[in-house]
Amino acid sequence: MLIDWFTVGAQLLNFIVLVWLMKRFLYQPVLDAIAAREQKIAAQLADAAATKEKAHQQQDEFQTKNQAFDEQRAELLREARDAAKAERERLQREAREAADAASAQRAKALLTDAQHLHAEIARHTQQQVFDISRRVLGDLAGLSLEQRMCEVFIQRLQAVEGPALATLGAALQAVSEAEPALLRSAFELPAPQRAAIQAALDESFGQPIPLQFEATPELVSGIELSAPGQKLAWSISDYLGALSSGLEERLGVTEPA
Amino acid sequence: MRLTPDQWIFWQHGFFKLNATIVFTWALMAVLVLGATLITRRLATGHERSRWQNLLEIVVTAIMGQIEDVGLKEPRRYLGFLGTLFLFVAAAALATMVPGYEPPTASLSTTAALALCVLVAVPLFGISGQGLAAYLKSYVQPTPIMLPFNLISEVSRTLALAVRLFGNMMSGAMIIAILLSITPFLFPIVMTVLGLLTGMVQAYIFTILAAVYIAAATHSSKPKPSPTAAN
Repeated sequence: MLIDWFTVGAQLLNFIVLVWLMKRFLYQPVLDAIAAREQKIAAQLADAAATKEKAHQQQDEFQTKNQAFDEQRAELLREARDAAKAERERLQREAREAADAASAQRAKALLTDAQHLHAEIARHTQQQVFDISRRVLGDLAGLSLEQRMCEVFIQRLQAVEGPALATLGAALQAVSEAEPALLRSAFELPAPQRAAIQAALDESFGQPIPLQFEATPELVSGIELSAPGQKLAWSISDYLGALSSGLEERLGVTEPA
Repeated sequence: MRLTPDQWIFWQHGFFKLNATIVFTWALMAVLVLGATLITRRLATGHERSRWQNLLEIVVTAIMGQIEDVGLKEPRRYLGFLGTLFLFVAAAALATMVPGYEPPTASLSTTAALALCVLVAVPLFGISGQGLAAYLKSYVQPTPIMLPFNLISEVSRTLALAVRLFGNMMSGAMIIAILLSITPFLFPIVMTVLGLLTGMVQAYIFTILAAVYIAAATHSSKPKPSPTAAN
């Protein structure tokens, strides 16, 4: 007989005991450990999910902030650019105005210099012409300059004719002893020249013309006869005026408009 | 020559006896429980764990996976019974590497005891799963005519369980014993390796069949899977 019933009973008991022991010492602890680990992993996963969610939220927040910062920066940049542009325009305008002012001042200074130069040249030329004429006339004919000026004036007077003579005569008709015609010269005329001029006037207009002699240095060596509304003159200043015009053209100096 | 370790008796007093089957069973129980205690004494619940703990977890989860694959929805409920069946039969086969050892499963008394356990466990799980009436009703399904056949099926499959395991384990031990006497060294080693494989397969078959019977008992409305007789 292969089956021993005592052994069967004993093995039954042994197996039941083994089941209980294995449950107690193997399955329960191992399953508990696995469950604990799974719980821990689940907790870690939940934690990771929460962290991820939080990270997402923070990312969104940062993106929003970044966008706001970008917009703010762009706004500030635009404002700064506008301010810089306005400042540049203001500085350019000021510089242009300053340059214009400096240019105008320089032009004015140049004109003043030219005028001074012109006056200086005129004065110097006058002096030179005067000296040369005086010396030439003295050397050639023994005449004084004043004497020759009188002669020239008288020749001019006598050369006047036609309507000009009539107009001048009408003007001279109006003069009287109280308001004599004015004869101005650059220097005091000597008596012989005065008499010669008076005689020439009287002769030209056929009546005595009351004259008042006056020395006017501005005439620059010349003689000028003034009656109400009319004037007959000869002086070096006319030549000097022509000379001055020529010089101004050469120098390019003109009175600013 | 002993056909079964039951015949290797260390001590006897009347009906009571202490044979090799019982002694080696105690030894296996001691090894299993001691090993489990030693390993589970310092179980880690973190990611870092010992190799032994990994082994135990793999074994336990694999058994649970197999139970679930058979169709039992709550594997933890059946783990104690089915897992112990597998571990005991497998350990009994594995220990054949130890010289002088005789597997208790090579005793028809042991396999009969295990088969009786299955015979008792199946209706217990079935009644607890679907109630007494529903379980008893399953014996007259699909028609009451099937009642005697179902009863015969219960007895015959239990007998088949016991004899199949006994036959395989006993024949393995016998073949090795015979071969040792005629061709020592190499060939017995090969046969031992083959015996190990056979033992593992038998442990698997025994456990899976028990699981299938339990699954059939707990799911009476579903068609019963036909117990495939292995070997």
